[in-house]
Amino acid sequence: MSNNNHNHQLSGIMKWGFKKSPWVFHCSTGSCNNCDIEILDALTPQYDLERFGILLVGSPRHADILLVTGIVTVQSFPRLIHVYEQAAKPCLVVAIGACACTGGIFDGSYHQLGPVDKVIPVDVYIPGCPPRPEAIISGVVKGLAKV
Amino acid sequence: MFANVGMDLLYFVIFPGFIFTAVVGLLSTWVDRKVSARIQWRVGPPWYQPFADVIKLMGKETIVTEGSSRMTFLTAPFIGFAAIILVSTIIWIANIYPASSFVGDLIVVIYLLYLPSIAMIVGGSASRNPFGALGASREMKLMLAYEAAFLFAVFTVVVKNGGTISLGGIIGYQEAHGAMLSQGVSCIIAFIVALLYLPGKLGIGPFDIAEAETELIAGPYTEYSGVPLAIFKLSRAMLLFTVPILVLTLFAKTVWSPWAILWYVLILVFLILVRNTNPRLRIDQALKAFWLPVLGLSVLGIILAAVGL
Repeated sequence: MSNNNHNHQLSGIMKWGFKKSPWVFHCSTGSCNNCDIEILDALTPQYDLERFGILLVGSPRHADILLVTGIVTVQSFPRLIHVYEQAAKPCLVVAIGACACTGGIFDGSYHQLGPVDKVIPVDVYIPGCPPRPEAIISGVVKGLAKV
Repeated sequence: MFANVGMDLLYFVIFPGFIFTAVVGLLSTWVDRKVSARIQWRVGPPWYQPFADVIKLMGKETIVTEGSSRMTFLTAPFIGFAAIILVSTIIWIANIYPASSFVGDLIVVIYLLYLPSIAMIVGGSASRNPFGALGASREMKLMLAYEAAFLFAVFTVVVKNGGTISLGGIIGYQEAHGAMLSQGVSCIIAFIVALLYLPGKLGIGPFDIAEAETELIAGPYTEYSGVPLAIFKLSRAMLLFTVPILVLTLFAKTVWSPWAILWYVLILVFLILVRNTNPRLRIDQALKAFWLPVLGLSVLGIILAAVGL
């Protein structure tokens, strides 16, 4: 986990609210769809993330956590910046999968600008190709402990 | 005089108004989410979940879209919010002290109940977002669909009790002659119409057409974040409590009795079951459903009431 200062610190009851009700927004920036399916797996009744207040929202304005999958491609770069700027702060960014964390097998190819932390500040890295749903949940929980 | 102003403020802010309605409304949305989760074989959120959602949204940044109408965008949620507090206060005060209710407060309540929907339409249109505009237009059509049927259901009650248009009068009539539901077949029809109106008004069940998260992101709420979104969520929760209470006041005697809790829970369970067993309708299907069968039913109810059944 890295430490960056793009989020202003919450205090007291607001902090409690943030930890108990993180709404996630799913943003794929050029992944092979593998990590995306694992995110959807984590949201199924089997794992039931609503127990912890986690909901999937459709608008980045409502998001508390951005789940970014895949290496940042040239085409998705302006969109990712847009989505990050649209998200209401404080907002955590979670890089999911080997490509989003380090570049993975796409490292050095012609179509990419590097892993997610080259473009926007990242709070939590979850490696794996793809990471298991348990790993994603554990990573998000560790990220919430930072708020 | 100042004592009266103080008491009115107390009514508005604490007991039947803001705090009471917000707490019970948020707990109702928790019941909704928990029961839905159990139906889907999940565990579901803890009881404080809706409170955590609202508190978290209060602490988030409020973003106003570039090029949107700033004043309209930011005031719209508060207009709906103030209206729903006022509705709740009027209904509860009429239930607790029927003598204090004024002539025509039924009409005031019905007009004020439009305001949360109008706030949604205005906010969605002001947000300069295509999803917001689409959601607003759908909400407008939905309002045209359900309001006429509900008005006829309310007229049936008014005709049945001899033309009283004050909530206190309707409650007094029911105290003297028994609950409206036991007054004949026309009232039962009107009650069924009111039950069908509830999911449309509350935007749940098969009628969550305006907010349709799988088609329209979040409809009119797409561009909202932070405090205005929290106010919208809170108004929705308070609506979930207040509108069933209005229906109970009109049809099932008073809500100032232990039976009312059972009645309210029954209505809530009915809404949750409808929500979880019916897919979302298209807007044209919703219009057809409300204008032909439901409006027909309500007109039948008012005709029966006029003949005295």
